[in-house]
Order: sequence, then C-alpha cells, then structure tokens
Amino acid sequence: MKPAPFTYHAPVDADEAVGLLAELGDEAKAIAGGQSLVPMLALRLASFGHLVDLRRLDELRGIERRGDDTVWIGAGTTQATVQRSDEARAAVPLLARATPFIGHFQIRSRGTVGGSLAHADSAAEYPAVALTLDAELEALSPRGRRTIPAARFLTGMWSTELADDELLTGVNFPVWKGRCGFAIEEFARRSGDFAIAGATVALRMDGDGHLDRCAIGLFGLGPTAVRARDTEAALLGSDPLEADAEEIGRSATEGLGSVPSDLHGSAPYRTRVGAAMVARAWRRAVQEALHG
Amino acid sequence: MADVDTVDTIEIHVRVNGTSRRETVRPRLTLADFLRVNCGLTGTHLGCEHGVCGACTVLLDGEAVRACLVFAVQANDAEVTTVEGLTGPDGQLSTVQAAFREHHGLQCGFCTPGFVVSVTAFLAENPKPTDEEIREALTGNLCRCTGYQGIVNAVRAAADTAGTAVTEGPA
Repeated sequence: MKPAPFTYHAPVDADEAVGLLAELGDEAKAIAGGQSLVPMLALRLASFGHLVDLRRLDELRGIERRGDDTVWIGAGTTQATVQRSDEARAAVPLLARATPFIGHFQIRSRGTVGGSLAHADSAAEYPAVALTLDAELEALSPRGRRTIPAARFLTGMWSTELADDELLTGVNFPVWKGRCGFAIEEFARRSGDFAIAGATVALRMDGDGHLDRCAIGLFGLGPTAVRARDTEAALLGSDPLEADAEEIGRSATEGLGSVPSDLHGSAPYRTRVGAAMVARAWRRAVQEALHG
Repeated sequence: MADVDTVDTIEIHVRVNGTSRRETVRPRLTLADFLRVNCGLTGTHLGCEHGVCGACTVLLDGEAVRACLVFAVQANDAEVTTVEGLTGPDGQLSTVQAAFREHHGLQCGFCTPGFVVSVTAFLAENPKPTDEEIREALTGNLCRCTGYQGIVNAVRAAADTAGTAVTEGPA
C-alpha cells in the first residue's frame, strides 16, 4: 500500500524542528531514517498529517569523544556510520557489536541511533544497549534541553519519555574502563528479524578478579528492554569464574511479568531462549574481561 | 490514481544514473515510485513495499537503501543509481551483473535488480568477503525461486574476478 498523504517539512536546524513539532502537535511526527516509520505508514498502521524530516540537521550527526569517559553520538548518526566507526568500536564496544544485528545493511544505511531509541521497539538492540551501559539521552524542546537517563527513557512498547514536541538530539555513552567484557546475544528465526529474545552483558572486574560493575539487559521479553537488577546485585563482588552461566540466565529471566506470546514463540519458550542468551553473553563477556 | 493528496507538491532535484532530473512530486511518493513512474526506470522492482523483500534496492549517495522506505522528497539533491545505471556506457554488464548471468544467479528475475544493486554496494565496501559474509550480506534480499545457491556462487565469482574486471559498478 501507499502511505496516506501528509505535508512535508524539512527544517534546517533542531530549533526549527522542535518549533514545528510544538506548533503541529500530535498531527506531526519526526522522521529520521524512516526504517520503522515508513513501513508503518505504508501498511497504514500509522498516519500523520505532517512529517518533520530531520535530514538537514547536521548538528544531530557525529561520533565524538567528550572528555575521558563519554562518547557522544548524534541522534541522526546512521547505524552504518556506527558500524564503520573506530571510535565507537574502541570506546563503546557493546554498541558496535549490537549494530550488525539491526535489520540488514540496506536498513542500517538509513536507520539512525536516535530513531531506533525513540521508536523504542521492545525487541530492538539499541534501547537495550543504552539501558545496559547507563547511557544518557539528550532531548531538545522549545522549553530547552534536558538529559534523560536511559532507565527513565523507555516507558512502554513504542513509547518513551519524550514529549510530542521533544526531539532526541544525541546520546552520551559512558566509556567503561578497566578489565571489562561486553557481549550481546540474540536469537531470531532469520538474520535481520527482530529477536525472539536477546540479552546484553557488560561487566568489569577489579584487581582481585571480582566483579565491581555488572549490567544485564534483556530485550524482546516485555514491553521494553529491562535490566535484571536483582541478578546484577547478587553478582557484584563475586568471582565470575565461580558463577554458573545457566543459573545466571535463569535468575535474570525469573519473574518477568509480560513476556509476549505469539506465533514465533510462547512466553515460556521466549523466557527459556532469553535465559540461554544471557548465559551465552555472560560467558563471552567474562572471557573478554579475563583475556581481552 | 485518484488525486486525494491535499498537500502541496514539492520540487526536487535528483541525479539519477548521472542525469539531472527536476520533478515536482507529492511528499508521499516513494523514491521507488518516483524512479519507476516519473523516471521510467522500471528496473527497480517493487515487491512488498514495506522494506522486507529488497527488490527495490537502489544506491542513494552510494549506499544501498530500500527505495520503498525513502520518500522522493528525502532524496532531494542526492545521487541515485538504479540497476540501469550499473552497466557501462555501451550497455556492457557490470562485473556483478555478468557474474549473476554466468552463475545462474537468477531464475524469474524479479528480485534480481535488488540483489545486483545490494551486491554492488556490498562488494564496494567489502571487496574480499568470506563465504559467511556473503551469505550474511544476502539476507536483506528475498528470492522466491529459491535460487540462493546460484546467487551465492555469483557473488563469490564477482568478488574473485573484480580485480581484473573492466567494468565495476557505478562511477
């Protein structure tokens, strides 16, 4: 099908873009890469009177080291740019490793970091990565700029903390230093599909080989990506070599309230897949922390 | 098609296969329909029209994209290359096109333009791919004749012969 008619706007900067969003209200939608939005428009699952295209907003693009412990990635930076970036690979390895799982390369050439986060699909990789790394999201509205921690940003399936007239402009990813390990694992029926379940693990070991930082993210297992905070807390201070990866997987996926059930898999099946993904990601992250 | 659009049309300028085009379009016109209808370049095929099948893949400023997921207005001031633009000036097949013909990389041919454009972009960025990388790169295009093995062989051959090829993709 063809998308319903809309009025097209191509503002020249972010201030003009949020001005338009404020003026047009819920009739307007920002479009970045359009790789999730345009299919929804084409299938008439969504329709908007106005599309505000972010393509001319150069200020939203780029990957920059900011200080010693942060990498800023502009919301309009394409996933393909992240995949090619040495800076992203070195400083935010989890983000770089998550990127090839997003769609196909023809999707990543248009799809953006901010678009993936603002779209907030529960099975998408970038929201889980942002949550796992405790990233901070920058938003602009006519009222000014604010910073939103990833943990507060995701509020439900396809819904975020952003107001109608608020634009995601960039993401600050903390650079984890020391003996760290990062891994993402997901299971999908076909390469490029949204995951049936997936997991991210980021951990750091202190000089004695004990965990002093640990984050476990789950995606595809509820309305938003979530952290397995109880499991993380139980692991802090322990020796990762003594931990049982399968048990961590079970613990991380225990008590999930609203695991989806559909023709790709029942909730119990997805939960078991999620546990297996946590176990795999855990082993790989530990290996990296130990051996680089 | 009935004229149901209530909104203004927009003038865009796009370079398509090296030729400058200035057209007035409605915002909801996809780049794929722009290429097929406004430019008469029907080599870009439309299968699913929602980004799944890959038949409409074209190069937008050198990168492979789904032309059904880009509005023509978003391609303003951009450079587009379609499958028609991959051949040499005398109609000579590109390395990738020749390899598809040589290695039976197509049956009915519907998906072929999308595969050829995708593979052209893939090999431009990754000239010496492993077999696994080739298979991964092909996941974004669907072939309903189940001709994948021939396609994999064609990409392997195109990658292996690219170094000696006379014609190589778009300028």
